[in-house]
Amino acid sequence: MQLEAKSPEGPLAEKWDRHRFELKLVNPANKRKYTIIVVGTGLAGGAAAASLAELGYNVKNFCIQDSPRRAHSIAAQGGINAAKNYPNDGDSIRRLFYDTIKGGDFRSREANVYRLAQVSNQIIDHCVAQGIPFARDYGGLLANRSFGGAQVSRTFYARGQTGQQLLLGAYSSLSRQIAAGKVQMFPRREMLDLVLVDGRARGITARNLITGEIESHDAHAVVLATGGYGNVYFLSTNAMASNVTAAYRAYKKGACMANPSFTQIHPTCIPVHGTYQSKLTLMSESLRNDGRVWVPKKPGDNRKPELIPEADRDYYLERKYPSFGNLVPRDVASRNAKEQCDKGKGVGDTGLAVYLDFKDAIKRDGEEVIRKKYGNLFQMYEKITGDNPYETPMMIYPAVHYTMGGLWVDYNLMSTIDGLFVLGEANFSDHGANRLGASALMQGLADGYFIIPYTIGGYLAGTGFSEVNTDDEAFKESTAQVNAKVEKLLSIQGRRTVDDFHRELGHIMWEHCGMARNNESLEKAKSMVQTLRSEFWEDVLIPGVDKDFNQSLERAGRVADFLEFGELMIIDALSRQESCGCHFNEDYQTEEHEAKRDDENYSHVTAWEYTGDDREPVEHREPLVFENVQPTQRSYK
Amino acid sequence: MTAAKEINLTLKVWRQNGPDDPGGFEVYRAEKISTDMSFLEMIDVVNETLTLNGKEPIAFDHDCREGICGMCGAVVNGRAHGPEKGTTLCQLHMRHFSDEDTIVIEPWRAKPFEIIKDLVVDRSSFDIIVQAGGFISVNVGGAQDANNIPIPQDVVEKAMDAAACIGCGACVAACPNASAMLFVSAKISQLALLPQGKPEAARRASAMIKTMDELGFGNCGNEAECQEECPKEISITNIARLNREFIKASFFSSVK
Repeated sequence: MQLEAKSPEGPLAEKWDRHRFELKLVNPANKRKYTIIVVGTGLAGGAAAASLAELGYNVKNFCIQDSPRRAHSIAAQGGINAAKNYPNDGDSIRRLFYDTIKGGDFRSREANVYRLAQVSNQIIDHCVAQGIPFARDYGGLLANRSFGGAQVSRTFYARGQTGQQLLLGAYSSLSRQIAAGKVQMFPRREMLDLVLVDGRARGITARNLITGEIESHDAHAVVLATGGYGNVYFLSTNAMASNVTAAYRAYKKGACMANPSFTQIHPTCIPVHGTYQSKLTLMSESLRNDGRVWVPKKPGDNRKPELIPEADRDYYLERKYPSFGNLVPRDVASRNAKEQCDKGKGVGDTGLAVYLDFKDAIKRDGEEVIRKKYGNLFQMYEKITGDNPYETPMMIYPAVHYTMGGLWVDYNLMSTIDGLFVLGEANFSDHGANRLGASALMQGLADGYFIIPYTIGGYLAGTGFSEVNTDDEAFKESTAQVNAKVEKLLSIQGRRTVDDFHRELGHIMWEHCGMARNNESLEKAKSMVQTLRSEFWEDVLIPGVDKDFNQSLERAGRVADFLEFGELMIIDALSRQESCGCHFNEDYQTEEHEAKRDDENYSHVTAWEYTGDDREPVEHREPLVFENVQPTQRSYK
Repeated sequence: MTAAKEINLTLKVWRQNGPDDPGGFEVYRAEKISTDMSFLEMIDVVNETLTLNGKEPIAFDHDCREGICGMCGAVVNGRAHGPEKGTTLCQLHMRHFSDEDTIVIEPWRAKPFEIIKDLVVDRSSFDIIVQAGGFISVNVGGAQDANNIPIPQDVVEKAMDAAACIGCGACVAACPNASAMLFVSAKISQLALLPQGKPEAARRASAMIKTMDELGFGNCGNEAECQEECPKEISITNIARLNREFIKASFFSSVK
């Protein structure tokens, strides 16, 4: 298999324009002859479904929750980046492009990242037109704040609920198209298989989560926007239903999976406090605008934070990275927190936390100003921990948050399966080995509103389609396979619950394929996951029946896929004998414990091809060519 | 707030197999519950035990578990989302309960929210109300520069207060009339306050209110229970604004 990125020729700034001109168009009257399946209703999926319907295509849109308004994009707090340069502080499309590609440690494709920066401004325009109440200055113009990995203020925000507001914007546009009859909405559905006819994606097999019925749906093209797989670690900041199943089943049908080991560990989360815990809660990175990160200088200093004098505190980020200070990129901030805790300087009951202190900001700006900026975050922190962050520093620790890896896509966002497009977090495309804060919302909406409407038209117009419907053999076969898997799961009737297996898998992945990895422990983890997987298939206990609302069965299917996918992540991590961004292999680090890249041998995207359950996947490489930036050792000092 | 690290509880939980099943309460023990747990984590623990004892776990909706997706919700001891103000069920922590408390857990009860199973209800009527007009009719691609229309800060803050609604349905569950006025007024207010929403304000108010009525939600009785139970503390001043928008639409607009 040859991976063709299809990056357009020509100067970087002209590529997207040129490509849009070269793409074939579907005439307005013909658009209604095409049906497109969109799976997912988050920023990428909701935006795609709405904008494709606006163009006149027929859209079938699926989501796992009870309403399209609940997709996990809703939980994004801090903001969305754009190169508007409203603050006049030196921003530009080129700078946003450069920051993003550098933040990703030079492991993403130049043409894609540049396009992302180019469309970022249109996103803000569109969202304001939709009625999204972004924060504004006294003069009524839009306000900005800073995020990690950038020295300009380019992040637009709506209190600490930016993801919610952007998602509700996409949901409102989607609702308008549902009312217009252009989108048929299927809530409480889970995609369990991709259906191929003549090698093209032509439909999906889905389970109705209320009745348990297995349904077939056909279309001319399928768009996956099913989010990330952070829940492979059991504990993450992802919503409970976030999973890899749709993407993984597409992988099993021939879509290559790219860089699956690239997982972002977010530095500012509320620390773990007990074994029963079901999820971790993020505290927006925007807090690092005003909060100062520190640990006691002396290991084991367990005085209350208020009683530790300035002289005994180590503001280690400010000390080590004077130019970026507390606003270093996420991977750097996370690794440094771990390093401090490994030295025994961690705080709190478990020693796995560092302080994030607002004392100086409150002294400087007053409590009211801080409350206005972060009120809901402080309130959430207090609800969960019982501590008041206006009075005592927050305790934070890194947690799994986002996955840069995902299904491989070309410049058109099409996977290695013809007619299967992948958007948002579900694809691998724009963030390289580390995503900068406030860039996920930007990418999801860029893919959904401004990229897929063009590129899918090019595919549809350039393809001759055979007649396909759900009575075709391919759909029947897929349904039979899905049913067989459900039956098998229910027939085991073992002794351990699904969550029990999931928790154990998460533990293995966090310990061995988390913030820091090394070859020996990855090898060990690989066999541990294999053993756990065979135990699962012998000993899992799933109550209830299949033709019913059965949440245990839903979770079992997802965990079964995580148990396979986890191994793929480990294989990927082992194949990349370097460190880059979030992939930190301890065997490859600089003297200052920073990630040490090996551009000679690993300046590529790794894409894995499925070859069978009992076989190792085949590795393909897409070389990364840098014509416009010079990959350097990242420095935030 | 309890000082104990672990508590034991008796739960009376509504179990119902489907919309046609009459349903009823069942009693379970929740033992050794850490007070740092969230309410939903407590149910997780009970569900693990039920599963291992060969019973079906309690079905309940939940997703983000950080109070923003609006998926979770149940009536706890007669209160939507439980006893804490401004809190979703997932953000309610067990430190607010005491050892040997009895906790009664029921689904949202309202005619337009049919019970699917146990604590899970069908809230698709909320989506249908939004589809009637809870949007600004703007296609992708035609927007002007985002800073072309300044919006006074206090106006956008008010719009944001209303836009914070998570669509959980607690307002309906808390209302003796099962009115959806708080939910509907939040969306109407957000868009009526902003200049971008004004061209369609009249049509939006008429259509959303008409749809709300048709779906079987009751009328507002000005008791303000919705505001009391709203996890995002949406104010009933939005209902006053909804009424103004409705009157403007009914009497002064050519669009009905």
